[in-house]
Amino acid sequence: MMDRYSLPHKIFLYFCVALFLGFILLPFFEMFMTSLRPLEHLFRSPYQFWSDDFSFKAYSQMWDTVPLLPRYIANSMLISISVTALALAFVIPAAYAYARFGFKGKSLSLGIFLAVNMFSGAVLLIPLYKLLRNYGLLNTYFAMIVPGAAFLVPMGIWLLKSYLEKIPRELEEAAFMDGASRLYTLRRVVLPLAVPGLIVVGVAVFLSAYAQQFLFAITFNSVKEFMPLPAGILEFIGYQSVKWNQMMAASIIGMLPVLVIFLFLQRYLVAGLTAGAIKE
Amino acid sequence: MAHASENLLPYQGERSGSAQKKQGMLQGLMHSQATFAWVLIAPAALYLILVVAWPLAETIRLSFTNANIGGETYIGTANYEKLLSSRKFARTVYRTFYWMFLSVSFKIIFGLIGATLLNAAIPGRALFRMLVMPPWIVPVAIGCFGWLWLYNGHFGIVSGALQYLGILDGPFEFLAYRQSAFYSAVVTDVWVGLPMVTFFLLAAMQGVPRDLYEAAYVDGASRWYRFRRITVPQILPVIITMSILSIIWTFNSFEVIWILTEGGPRNATTTLIIDTYKMAIANFRFGQGAARAVIVVTLLSVFSLIYLFALHQIKKRFEAA
Repeated sequence: MMDRYSLPHKIFLYFCVALFLGFILLPFFEMFMTSLRPLEHLFRSPYQFWSDDFSFKAYSQMWDTVPLLPRYIANSMLISISVTALALAFVIPAAYAYARFGFKGKSLSLGIFLAVNMFSGAVLLIPLYKLLRNYGLLNTYFAMIVPGAAFLVPMGIWLLKSYLEKIPRELEEAAFMDGASRLYTLRRVVLPLAVPGLIVVGVAVFLSAYAQQFLFAITFNSVKEFMPLPAGILEFIGYQSVKWNQMMAASIIGMLPVLVIFLFLQRYLVAGLTAGAIKE
Repeated sequence: MAHASENLLPYQGERSGSAQKKQGMLQGLMHSQATFAWVLIAPAALYLILVVAWPLAETIRLSFTNANIGGETYIGTANYEKLLSSRKFARTVYRTFYWMFLSVSFKIIFGLIGATLLNAAIPGRALFRMLVMPPWIVPVAIGCFGWLWLYNGHFGIVSGALQYLGILDGPFEFLAYRQSAFYSAVVTDVWVGLPMVTFFLLAAMQGVPRDLYEAAYVDGASRWYRFRRITVPQILPVIITMSILSIIWTFNSFEVIWILTEGGPRNATTTLIIDTYKMAIANFRFGQGAARAVIVVTLLSVFSLIYLFALHQIKKRFEAA
């Protein structure tokens, strides 16, 4: 009853939804359309909304314009996966401690961890840049992996802690009573049960790692061979005439992995991300 | 938490008999539990000390030097004095706050509208909710490449559509003029942050007890009245939380501006973060950059304190109610 809408009301609602989604999706739609149009058609004047010969040519030509493109994609994956693995190695034990034990300084230390979220990397780049330079670590994968992972640790701890708190304690207690050590309990009882949560947290960390590459790459790395995709795409702009259609095609390729992951896991991701943060 | 420790008590505790001894065991276990907890947390803590806390301290130290690519000497507060007397820097601070105000207001207003729309019981809403997510998921940098093209005067769809509608009488380069570049960057930043704000507000709206609405409906309250008098007060804590978090994120927003304009044209889009980055990383003036970074960190700390204070107030009000 209460949720019934009259027809004009319904039309109005759909109209607003269309406007809202239009704003959100416009760049994606335009990127895709641009990637399908031949370069000459893009540059027609006056502006044309429609071209008559759409094709996927840009998706094959872009590999010739920027020969290192496959390398950039591989770099992106390598960096994101390494960052995720590194961050999780720190996150898992800490999240377990916060989820299971009461101890002095618990909420204070957790608060300090979360305060890290406040800083973007940009503020702390100066000493990191100097340090990496002094040790000759600029222009390495190391420079793009190790500092970046640190900024994802607090988020990971928070999300995983919320998940672990939902796992019943009885199982651990049983293992504990049978004489299992704490570490054994963590490894053999808790971790297997936490797999779904670990996947959600891992994916969330991976998505953030994939997204944050740009800043660390343009700051700590100037070697083409090590560039991740988001920074590598800038190379399309470097040419005399910007090959916009190919640049957009490469951007779409760059978005594809995260969009696919999202499509498969969206229900869990949205629930996991919002639950973790709303609880406070 | 106290329950947990009791439950995790090893079996011998039960058998030991004397209450006093049991108490002692419990304390011993609490102690070992705390030790174990800290052992688990230590790696993460050390890692963050190395990558976040140390650079922070080092930034403060560098801000009192004239560090550059060659070396550094202590120069006291000269960097700060220079900043405080610089009109250009004052304009940057003002611009940053204006940027934050516009972007955060739009994110919250449109986030509320979006969340209300996605919360309405209309067919297709599951699909609509999914379609809102992409800007949140996709790397900001790549999304901004799309906006770079949208804002292109001769070939972008925005200029094209406005010409078609007769609002513009010729191609307009949105990123080439000071005013339009600034507002274009705001629009893109709103686009980046809107999905997340919308989703948190939506999650909050879904948590509002249904009987509140039903009671109001029975009493004949209109939709707008129910939104104003039930939804907004109920989700106010989340609105405040998202406002302050948005302030922090918008303040830190780097990629949007860097990709669209690199702070130009003629500094029109240079916020504090961009200014810091340009000074330190692009010009290698680490000392002067560090002084800016310290000011950024100070402002961020103020925002965070306001955040903590707001959370505290909200908690108090809810406990009182």
